[in-house]
Amino acid sequence: MAVEHPLPAPAGDQTRIHDIGYRGYDGPRLGRAYARRSLFAQSLRGSYGLGRSVKSKVLPMVLFAVMCVPAAIMVAVTVFTKAHELPVTYTRYAIIMQAVISLYVAAQAPQSVSRDLRFKTVPLYFSRPIETADYVRAKFASLASAIFILTATPLLVMYVGALLAKLGFAHQTKEFAEGLVSVALLSLLFAGIGLVIAAVTPRRGFGIAAVIAVMIISYGAVSTLQAIANVQNHSSAIPWIGLFSPVTLIDGVQSAFLGATARNPGAINPSAGQGVVYVLVVLGLIAGSYGLLMRRYKKVGL
Amino acid sequence: MARVTTVVCVTVIATESLSKRFPRVTALDRLSVDIGPGVTGLVGANGAGKSTLIKILLGLSPATEGRAEVLGLDVAAPSSGRAIRERVGYMPEHDCLPPDVSATEFVVHMARMSGLPPAAARERTADTLRHVGLYEERYRPIGGYSTGMKQRVKLAQALVHDPELVFLDEPTNGLDPVGRDDMLGLIRRIHTDFGISVLVTSHLLGELERTCDHVVVIDGGKLLRSSSTTDFTRTTTTLAIEVTDSETHPDGTRAVREALHARGLDTRNEGAGLPGAGHILLLTAEGEETYDLVRDVVADLGLGLVRMEQRRHHISEVFTDDGHSSDEQRKEAVGHGG
Repeated sequence: MAVEHPLPAPAGDQTRIHDIGYRGYDGPRLGRAYARRSLFAQSLRGSYGLGRSVKSKVLPMVLFAVMCVPAAIMVAVTVFTKAHELPVTYTRYAIIMQAVISLYVAAQAPQSVSRDLRFKTVPLYFSRPIETADYVRAKFASLASAIFILTATPLLVMYVGALLAKLGFAHQTKEFAEGLVSVALLSLLFAGIGLVIAAVTPRRGFGIAAVIAVMIISYGAVSTLQAIANVQNHSSAIPWIGLFSPVTLIDGVQSAFLGATARNPGAINPSAGQGVVYVLVVLGLIAGSYGLLMRRYKKVGL
Repeated sequence: MARVTTVVCVTVIATESLSKRFPRVTALDRLSVDIGPGVTGLVGANGAGKSTLIKILLGLSPATEGRAEVLGLDVAAPSSGRAIRERVGYMPEHDCLPPDVSATEFVVHMARMSGLPPAAARERTADTLRHVGLYEERYRPIGGYSTGMKQRVKLAQALVHDPELVFLDEPTNGLDPVGRDDMLGLIRRIHTDFGISVLVTSHLLGELERTCDHVVVIDGGKLLRSSSTTDFTRTTTTLAIEVTDSETHPDGTRAVREALHARGLDTRNEGAGLPGAGHILLLTAEGEETYDLVRDVVADLGLGLVRMEQRRHHISEVFTDDGHSSDEQRKEAVGHGG
């Protein structure tokens, strides 16, 4: 029989530092899907500067505030003037704020992918149990979610405000849902375009400039052409011209199918046939940008 | 240390006529090696195929032909690449650290990318960073680190998930002599203390001699040699001989050289510039009979044998085909390595 020693545990003993040497890890290894989720979470937080320096929080937070403040003001106006309708429809809000959204994509798409290329962190990811597709999906989903948070939050503010102002519940809910579908499509489209452009260059500055060029300049050019077409009485061409910029694409889809009014000069809604073309182009662009990203990262590899 | 005994497979890495051809170059040419547990050095000049081999072993680049196994898993089999990468760590040669996050945040993220749950990832990160020698500075952004500290972070991210095997690609690159020694000591400890097998590449042969149990030398994608470091320095012994001069043989060294040459034994001079150079003959001892032969030759000539000693081989002699071997040349060979 071993003699039982009472364990003396003086308080001082607990503060001693022991060199316990190397300890192995026998716990669970959660594998590929968990790694992909971790990358998604890290990238999504990074899109708002969380877990990064104060400097990198400034721009996304400012843009987020810029997106939400007008919605809050509109709600306040609606409540105080006892209006029967919100001054701006849910579907129209993102189109009005398109410059802010484009700026956000221009800033955060390169942040998401160019950094990994520039600092050559990509090989570290691919030396872990994920595949090219996991990296691309995590990055795509995280940026799309970040844009969705940016665009859907003001809609939520408006919806809550509309309910507080006792506007018609069924009507508001339907329009809010249509708005959400629209910004979800917009988020996927913008994320795809932004990431494809940003993934080409390890230089963040080039990425930002290129995304701005594609998003904002194409919108300006398309709007100008539409205005000219309107003045010259070629209004039937207006919906077709709208196919050539991301913002007008979303505008076309929602004015064809989501009860919105087109924001183009002349307010010409696309026909049902044109609407189908719009939807196909949007889905094609989303799928195409996913395909291009996959091709790009197959090459980057290690 | 318990894990050392639990390693079942004797071979950690095995390749069989593994080839990798690119449109213009052949990176690996029918390479067959077996690598056991322990610290293995992979030596070759830049472009010898070291990084290509690591890529194939990580399951990231398909081989053109041949097969390779890592930890008993065939790299070409579907989904075994992921299984391999879960149990293997990789430290790349180039910079791979974002400057605007701290070492702790970065290594935690990499631990989670290897599949460790959040709490375990944080705990392992703290442990690993301590083991590689990063303390208070681990909370500061990596951008402000010295090269030596960055190399430690790179090593930590390769070890954080407690792999069974790590690939270290040129871990001593860019380090000063002290940093180099620290890193080599750390690599040794990865095996002796942590029980993790190591494949370390380098073009510097001298450092692998001290660190590795086994060295694989490749050049132009071909295997030059694969053996343990003790084999390298033992199987063929270099014998250094110094003799006296006599009246019949005013140049004793030359007389011995000619006499040995007549008996079919090649000799070479110790490199010039050293004290006693020109008086010391080096020859390769192939066995006991070589010693007898030297004794007889010297005795027949009536000369005095001042010295007959074994010289320890250096790995770099693998590369000196013409048989010259001196400390100076070793340093040169170390520099070019292939």
